[in-house]
Amino acid sequence: MMELICPAGTPAALKSAIDAGADAIYCGFNDETNARNFPGLNFSRDELRKGIALAHGRGAKILVAINTFPRASAVDIWHRAVDDAASAGADALILADIGLMDYAARRHPNQRLHVSVQAAAANPDAIAFYAENFGARRVVLPRVLSVPEIAEITRESACETEVFVFGGLCVMAEGRCSLSSYATGKSPNMQGVCSPPSHVTYEQTAEGTKSSLGGFTINRFGSSEPAGYPTLCKGRFSTAQGAGYIFEDPVSLDATTLLKGLRDAGVTALKIEGRQRGRAYVESVVRHFRHALAALESGSEAEIASLKPFTEGQASTVGAYRKTWR
Amino acid sequence: MQLSLGPVLYNWAPERWRDFYFRIADEAPLDVVSVGEVVCSKRSPFFADLIPGVVERLQSAGKQVLLGSLILVSLRRERRQTEELAAAEGVMVEVNDLTCLRALAGRPHAIGPFVNIYNEASAAFHAARGARRICLPPELPLASVATIARAVPDTTIEVFAFGRVPLAISARCYHARLHKLAKDNCRFVCEKDPDGLLLNTLEQQDFLTINGVQTLSHTCANLLGEAGILRESNVGSLRLSPQDCDMVVVARTFRDVLNGRDDVEGGNRRLAAAYPGVPFSNGFLWAEPGHVYRQARSGDAQGSAQIGLL
Repeated sequence: MMELICPAGTPAALKSAIDAGADAIYCGFNDETNARNFPGLNFSRDELRKGIALAHGRGAKILVAINTFPRASAVDIWHRAVDDAASAGADALILADIGLMDYAARRHPNQRLHVSVQAAAANPDAIAFYAENFGARRVVLPRVLSVPEIAEITRESACETEVFVFGGLCVMAEGRCSLSSYATGKSPNMQGVCSPPSHVTYEQTAEGTKSSLGGFTINRFGSSEPAGYPTLCKGRFSTAQGAGYIFEDPVSLDATTLLKGLRDAGVTALKIEGRQRGRAYVESVVRHFRHALAALESGSEAEIASLKPFTEGQASTVGAYRKTWR
Repeated sequence: MQLSLGPVLYNWAPERWRDFYFRIADEAPLDVVSVGEVVCSKRSPFFADLIPGVVERLQSAGKQVLLGSLILVSLRRERRQTEELAAAEGVMVEVNDLTCLRALAGRPHAIGPFVNIYNEASAAFHAARGARRICLPPELPLASVATIARAVPDTTIEVFAFGRVPLAISARCYHARLHKLAKDNCRFVCEKDPDGLLLNTLEQQDFLTINGVQTLSHTCANLLGEAGILRESNVGSLRLSPQDCDMVVVARTFRDVLNGRDDVEGGNRRLAAAYPGVPFSNGFLWAEPGHVYRQARSGDAQGSAQIGLL
């Protein structure tokens, strides 16, 4: 059966994920070493050790994401994160930076390494590069691939594959996007944040609500429309060819209906995005996928409960997994 | 300090593309020129036959030529194309994705600005595997650039110094999406925008530039004022990225300022005249939002302090 990999931004969410049936939980330290570096989120060293003990007692694994790109002259901060996660007993480290993978592979040769989605390994040759150089055992695939493409990559892949099935959806190749830092100076790769709340403003105007990021208008909502969060690539913009959601509609990924295809493709693990989300989200989404996987296993059609309250803009998509735009 | 020309990122008509490089070969004071379609593999067939002639013309003019690899490699034919490129002889490949790195298997190569090298450890890893030149990602601040350049003294470190800044790459084509076309049947609508398509906010603020699967800044990077401090920081090359403007003038301007034949103010005036209507930016280098333009001169005290030179 495919493994279910669930997010935890707090020890409470970690426990909820275990209770709801997660096979593994991924989390990060409360600093710039992980790509969900939000205030009040993530784990201290002590919390991680306790979380690992709790998970292991319940038969679940803990994967530690150290998936930003170390700042020059400060790589020791990332080295310490790798050392501390390894000595705390993490089941795997999720890394993106070449230099950091090199360090982890040499310093902790027995530590299992996963290639983060932020490394953007989008084909079997790139995956083989990580497997050959650092002994990577699993790659988290970009969210830009279709199910047949995932099947082809998995067949040829030098290591296990893991794919996102639910949550926020990057429309650009992950780990290769500087849109956020262009507008705000803060980027996913360097600071572990995208479209950070510190740079967001909402303004009431005669026509409704205007949302901005770093002084750039990202969207305008009429009084009857709910004002969504101004994630840069999901904004409404204008060009000589027309205006609207130029990059992507503000939707979340929900691949519940594609689980069978992913299993047949040979995918090892399914990942739920959302370390920044609360316990209620973790609890409901994990339980939903646990049921869907059980139904898939028993051969009965998965009963699709509504996950709409947990999706961005209350709308979902199967994303690139069915490439209608191809 | 070397001057290099990055690959043309936009979809130019093939003859125009060829003539652009012929003129660059004959007239532009450049040391290195990177050639090849790196943005969209669908465009490649239009240029394939012209590349050998362009390479020869550039080499005859004394320029080192690099062949750029695709930024995003997912399809089987793109992998094959990347493998073939890596086998090229007599010309160094500029790697824009790790797919290509594996195929090169340690042979000398250059690394383009689309490979994530954010620190000295990653730079050292690549240098040990044959990277002779590294063009750093445009979002890196000066402090990081200086640290990296110090760490790999035998590798030429290059910084993105002129042109709209590449910010993102996607599997999805935004030109096709805007024209309500599927990617596989895109009719190459991006060719209508040889300098990219302007994307405004709903308040009509100029913001970004769309180039098929690529998104760039609206502003034009201009590090003319930082050339001095970059030189002090052991940066060995400045990259100029082709826009739909007179790139020979752009190259001459940079060369003149580097040689002291013109000052930064005069150079900036010439650049603004050569590429009118597009604001400059240098925010990334100063660890500010990328769209910001901050006046700075070589020997700028604040800049020197920032990288520990004072």
